[in-house]
Amino acid sequence: MKVTTQAIAGTLESSDAQVMILPHSGSVKVELTSSVFDQYGDHIIALAKDTAKTLGLEDGLIKIVDKGALDCTIKARIETAFYRMTGQTADLPWEVL
Amino acid sequence: MINKIGRDIPDEYLKNGVEPFQGIYYRDGYQYKKAAPTVRAYVKPDGNKLVDSIHDAVVKSGLKDGMTISFHHHLRDGDYVVNMVMKEIHKLGIKDLTVCATSLGKAHNYLVTCIEDGTVTGISTSGIRDEIGEVVSEGKLKHPAVIRSHGGRARAIEDGTVKIDVAFIGASTSDAYGNASGKGGKSDTGVLAYADGDAKYADKVVVITDTLVDGPNFPASIEGVDVDYVVKVDSIGDPEKIATGALRLTKDTRELNMAKEVAKCIYYSGYFKDGFSFQTGAGGPSLATTTFLKQYMEKDHIKCGWAMGGVTEPIVDLFKAGYVNEILDDQSFDLAAVASAHTQNHFEISASQYANPFNKGAFVNQLSFVILGALEIDTGFNVNVVQGSNGILRGAPGGHPDTAAGASVSIIVAPLIRSRMPTVRDKVTSVTTPGESIDIVVTDYGVAVNPRRKDLLAAFKDTNIPLKTIEELRDLAYQYAGKAKASRIYRPGRCLSRIP
Repeated sequence: MKVTTQAIAGTLESSDAQVMILPHSGSVKVELTSSVFDQYGDHIIALAKDTAKTLGLEDGLIKIVDKGALDCTIKARIETAFYRMTGQTADLPWEVL
Repeated sequence: MINKIGRDIPDEYLKNGVEPFQGIYYRDGYQYKKAAPTVRAYVKPDGNKLVDSIHDAVVKSGLKDGMTISFHHHLRDGDYVVNMVMKEIHKLGIKDLTVCATSLGKAHNYLVTCIEDGTVTGISTSGIRDEIGEVVSEGKLKHPAVIRSHGGRARAIEDGTVKIDVAFIGASTSDAYGNASGKGGKSDTGVLAYADGDAKYADKVVVITDTLVDGPNFPASIEGVDVDYVVKVDSIGDPEKIATGALRLTKDTRELNMAKEVAKCIYYSGYFKDGFSFQTGAGGPSLATTTFLKQYMEKDHIKCGWAMGGVTEPIVDLFKAGYVNEILDDQSFDLAAVASAHTQNHFEISASQYANPFNKGAFVNQLSFVILGALEIDTGFNVNVVQGSNGILRGAPGGHPDTAAGASVSIIVAPLIRSRMPTVRDKVTSVTTPGESIDIVVTDYGVAVNPRRKDLLAAFKDTNIPLKTIEELRDLAYQYAGKAKASRIYRPGRCLSRIP
């Protein structure tokens, strides 16, 4: 799946993350701004790439503004942004997520 | 040298009588001679202490390069005094000063300019936040910053570790002879407790007020017999901003639930008896504890003998409702506390009376309970309230180490995780309060009792307090947040970890 349009999920509240998915050709790129960048930056980028892979994303830019969200929150925000981008609102593949 | 809590204190800091931490009661029984100021006698009865401007007061005080000046922070974020004085000093081109403050924050940001150009090269304070905290964390201050608790600062002034050359004391009211008070005027601060030692031990004392009153301005927190000069300015500060900063009243369910557990710990501790005493910190859950404590007091017909501290509205409310007999006030945190300071049985105490470990018995030693916050807690129960996990200075020890060491039961209340940062962890960034003085840690995921306190563990055994070990709490925090990678720490090993 390639990104053709953009989508957003999440908020800038403390302990949340705002995720945008934008078109970007060639590969999956992750851009991270985080209040805990020093401590968890590498981990969050790896998590985002993993999640993208599970979703079957082939290219696109995942922009994350993280305010100290836990992994489960970041993952959920990426998935939501992804399905908003694809427009899929029913029959989500829960067993893969 | 490795100190008693396993922190490496660089030898370069262990000079001029500075010792590594060797246990909280290591200096019990220590004998010393108090320091004394050099005083200019005012023998002739024609002495006029009023001077026209801060500029004139600075000049008359004889302030020179390399001296130490002091300030208090009773006006908190509304303070104009520090910036007004520093601007005059800056204009005069005086350099290499040490600022000995009771706390520093947003309102004192002109110090940033002064640090950057060498007007100020040393700082000793009981709190450091915002821009000043960042500048010092970046290493722009020439000499190491010394952070002492409120009691530690009072001790350092009285035993001569800190020698104040000129004290600048902002006061809500003063008479022309320098009898000054935190009460009345345009900028009412309730009390002037932290400036007491400054007035008694500084060589030169300048009172700065915006409200001159007829003498004698009694009761005076600062006595005219200790004051050299009085300056009247248009305004010393914005009293509406006294309440800003650390204070907030919580509606957060998580914080309220923690506060409930804290009150429960107090109730079952064995120390909850008629006439008990307590102090709470200014954090959300600490403040909220008062509400739940009241329910237990009603239930068992128990009254609090005295509440101390940083006084806040929730304490004043209990006092007014008759649940607390007396208030001992070293700082009025909000406008309700300021108003209450004018009433009967609300007493002002000095920083030394409050918490100085080197006098003949500070009030902290008579506390039954203290409820405090924490940025970080480690599995040795050591607490950090000063340095953020990224190394930036952003807090105040205040009376944290003093009250924890003095109180019969010291309780830390903090969420297990804050915006992904584990509060309970293997090792705190720096130690503000050593674990041997911490008895109970209350989090939103359980309560840990210091294994040293077998009496409390026994008392809580058959209650519904959700007991866990500190290691279990740490494991939970790491499980949810993931283990943090060690971050860049500015100036590692600064004396921050050294407890006086």
